[in-house]
Amino acid sequence: MKTVYINSIGSISSQKTFDNSEFLDDIISYEDNVISVVNPSYRDYISPGDSRRMSKGIKMGIVASKIALNDAGLETVDAIIIGTGMGLLKGFEKFLKALLDNNEQFLTPTSFIQSTHNTIGGQIALGLKCKGYNFTYVHDSISFESAMLDAKLMLENNEANVVLVGGVDEIGDYTAELHKLIHHIKTEKVHSTKLLKSQTKGVVYSEGANFFVLSNERQNTSYALIEAIKTYNTLGNININKVVSEFLKENNLDIETIDIVVLGNNGDITHDYFYNDLSAGIFNSTQQVYYKHLCGEFNTASSFGVWLASNILKTQKLPEAIKLNTIEASKYKTILLYNQYRGENHSLTLLHKC
Amino acid sequence: METLKQELKENIIEQLNLEDIAIEDINDDDILFGDGLGLDSIDGLELIVMLDKNYGIKLTDPKKGRAIFESIKVMAKYISENRTK
Repeated sequence: MKTVYINSIGSISSQKTFDNSEFLDDIISYEDNVISVVNPSYRDYISPGDSRRMSKGIKMGIVASKIALNDAGLETVDAIIIGTGMGLLKGFEKFLKALLDNNEQFLTPTSFIQSTHNTIGGQIALGLKCKGYNFTYVHDSISFESAMLDAKLMLENNEANVVLVGGVDEIGDYTAELHKLIHHIKTEKVHSTKLLKSQTKGVVYSEGANFFVLSNERQNTSYALIEAIKTYNTLGNININKVVSEFLKENNLDIETIDIVVLGNNGDITHDYFYNDLSAGIFNSTQQVYYKHLCGEFNTASSFGVWLASNILKTQKLPEAIKLNTIEASKYKTILLYNQYRGENHSLTLLHKC
Repeated sequence: METLKQELKENIIEQLNLEDIAIEDINDDDILFGDGLGLDSIDGLELIVMLDKNYGIKLTDPKKGRAIFESIKVMAKYISENRTK
């Protein structure tokens, strides 16, 4: 089996991450319960004629993918695989509202086009003139990991040489209001630096697009190699420490081999115990990192975690703002990422320095 | 008629999401499709729905749209002669 490398990255998030020459040089703090992305100049990448039928999610996906492709010096790829938990919410909300307001009459095509989950992958393929494998995974908080796993299998088996993989989700205003009502989004505004001390239900909701060019051929500029990905729909009564220990054993690794563990803590008092159990458990002597105070929570927020870990491995720098504990790793060679949302759809991603 | 033309320009810009175009940029005689304003077949569908929703005009033959949507001036004349609301 071939090794799979992360050869380039492209990110649009609530931080200024669209410039690959920087790595969280200036952290942006928020005091809110819903935070949007820092928008790049979409017009620099998409013509006005093309962009008028694109919702924000599509624009974010196209620009993040173009940044990643430019970073890798590529014009096109063999396959495009997208993960999105909620798809294009804005178009969906608009289409559904028109459906209800007009008694199922006067339905127009544009918002329908903008409401389907696989439009993002389709629009990217149209732009790249890529007629290869095009797939979209929709599976809550493991949507991105499912996409990445598919790409990894293709590359390992030499079914493709270069695959574009991305995680995209956009904020839908109406959806956000509904999620506040059921306390899946915090009802109070929280400062970024106090997210994990909030002691309240729900998360700070957000959006973003993180894209990666994966390849079975290493470049001098490669960020990391992907050793393993595993997803779990539910864990039942099994303790997370046991799950992670078994995962490491399957990959012939022990806890000491992990230099940094990247955790997806989102400040939700009802579900952060999974992360806290790991922090206080098998990783109590490991350097711990968190990131959702920077990018917020959305179904593909873990793709920001992979962006973060890739940058740490390539630059060998670790920004102060993401440190969760005071332990300092002696080297940044192997990083394990763990994520879950509302106690379900857990993922483990193992990255290694090139 | 002038009010209707103004209204049509506003609706076209908003509903077709013509981000870079202002009302002043659209002349009454400008060709809307193809080389003119650059509208396409999906926009044609949007305009057919707009005629029905805003003016009560049901365009059963989409081919007719080609002539009706030639310009703002032609559209406004057709609407004022056929509107039911």
